[in-house]
Amino acid sequence: MSTITDPVRVSIPERSWRHDARAVKVVLQRELIRFWQDRIRIVIALVQPALFLFVLGSGLASLTSAGSGGFDLRTFLFPGVLAMSVMMPAMFSAASIVFDREYGFLREMLVAPVSRSALVIGKCLGGAIVATGQGLLVLAMAPIVGIPYSLGWMVSAVGLMFVLSFTLTALGVMAAGRIKSFQGFMALVNMIMMPMLFLSGAMFPLTGLPAWLSALTHANPLTYAVDAVRRVIFDHVPISETSRAVLVPGVHWGGWLVPVVVETAIVAAIGVAMLAVAAAEFRRTE
Amino acid sequence: MNGAGTDAGGLDNGRPSAVVVRGLVKRYGEVEAVRGIDLDVAPGETFGFLGPNGAGKSTTINMLCTLARPTAGSATVAGHDVVTGRDEVRRNIGLVFQDPTLDTYLTAEQNLRFHAELYGVPRAQLDERMRQVLDMVGLWDRRANRVQTFSGGMRRRLEIARGLLHSPRVLFLDEPTVGLDPQTRSSIWGYIGELRRAKHITIFLTTHYMDEAEYCDRIAIMDHGKIIALDTPAALKASVGKDRVQLHTADDEAAITALRERFELTAAVHEGMVTFAVAEGEQFVPRLFAELGVPILSVSVARPSLDDVFMSYTGSTIRDRESGQRPMMPWLAGRVR
Repeated sequence: MSTITDPVRVSIPERSWRHDARAVKVVLQRELIRFWQDRIRIVIALVQPALFLFVLGSGLASLTSAGSGGFDLRTFLFPGVLAMSVMMPAMFSAASIVFDREYGFLREMLVAPVSRSALVIGKCLGGAIVATGQGLLVLAMAPIVGIPYSLGWMVSAVGLMFVLSFTLTALGVMAAGRIKSFQGFMALVNMIMMPMLFLSGAMFPLTGLPAWLSALTHANPLTYAVDAVRRVIFDHVPISETSRAVLVPGVHWGGWLVPVVVETAIVAAIGVAMLAVAAAEFRRTE
Repeated sequence: MNGAGTDAGGLDNGRPSAVVVRGLVKRYGEVEAVRGIDLDVAPGETFGFLGPNGAGKSTTINMLCTLARPTAGSATVAGHDVVTGRDEVRRNIGLVFQDPTLDTYLTAEQNLRFHAELYGVPRAQLDERMRQVLDMVGLWDRRANRVQTFSGGMRRRLEIARGLLHSPRVLFLDEPTVGLDPQTRSSIWGYIGELRRAKHITIFLTTHYMDEAEYCDRIAIMDHGKIIALDTPAALKASVGKDRVQLHTADDEAAITALRERFELTAAVHEGMVTFAVAEGEQFVPRLFAELGVPILSVSVARPSLDDVFMSYTGSTIRDRESGQRPMMPWLAGRVR
């Protein structure tokens, strides 16, 4: 056994943005390591999107073929299922904060001489990367539902999934800052996710809805993400003008069709705002 | 700022005190967990906080580590104020908590790397430093194993290595050996002893094991949120000056009465035995047999221990105090905060 007479006494440099950047990176890396170790989770997280796409989508196809002018319902559902596929992994990443608190590791992070914002940013970026990676597996199924691979929509869709994943992780981290028990956290996630999904246009076009329902869908960040992904994808799918008008109406504010760029910015802005709230929460905790 | 910290146990060598505490108070609502304490710890000193569970030791450590904000009073650690210089304090301290804070899904090495990045340890020095701290606690060969596969003792050793990784000036150890088997306890004390001899680092620890307090240069006995005695273990024991006598008798009540009436000694039942302190106990025992008037089944005489020090200051042994205060569900006590 060597004696600790300190031949390599390290001296920590002054705190700087570079130090905070290292903290962001290492929190992010841990997220990736944990995700990779938990590969079974990747498979499990595929079940729900596949269920929606191939069971619900195929099952309802006969019912809706009249309304969609013969258009494959599964193609319509695909963008929504893509959005759905990133929800679970994003929430799981946020849930690890609750676990870390329970098992003490959160303390190791909170006593470190780094800004709490760096920790929260690292967590949200890590969650976003992991969830986007999960989404890629669903994205790969596109040809099965009649959407040919093409770099044009795929690059945009991956970018959108990343923005959405980031925002959802930030939402989860914000919740994890307040909710200390795992049961409470998962209950909240379940309570939020289904309504968010139903009100997002992932399952049906958001046209001709009652005013109150329409108002709710417009307040839902997921609406803008789903719509943006759908518009990007449907630009590359052969579809009749009439079907397109029914299935991809876009999101309107008053009479204004919100452009995809603005939709993306809305989702990102909500994510950044929630990240700021989360960072403030963790700054307050002793 | 550090003017008051130069008289600590003669260990000072011109450097400012490692820890300076003045009038420190922590209140949680109605409960006053720490009720105004003062102390100075010299650089390189090993300082122990001794007291029963709930005495305020962990709360004090939490304030010194910037994890809890003092309600009143002030404290500086490594020359920085724990409130206004929070980050500076954090850069200069290492922490080993009562409850584990490792990521058990990561390997030992990954845990250390995570820590190094969070603390900004220069990459050029990291590998060498990591080898050094892992060697010290005998875990170098296990560095690539996940912490999941580690025993409780190995985990604690890894936490000590991690606490030292960034070369802190003060290492805080909150109950470092609680819940460990005797062999692991002694190996942990081996590492602490090594650090202590090297004198590069100030060690501030809490314990409720009397025998462990003996390893410290100085100890503060804490009870009900206050420091009731503070000195070297030897000086504290000398201050008691009396031996401890413990009796098994046929009738404890009668024995206590007889001790009071015939010898003017105050005795009480501790740990199932009539216990009292008396000067030169070995000479006293023959008189006891001759004059007590209650049958004695066995007798033991002990030189003053820290238990006696604790008893002479608080009127009870530390074990009595803990069994009296034990919560309904002791297995919860460490978890609930």
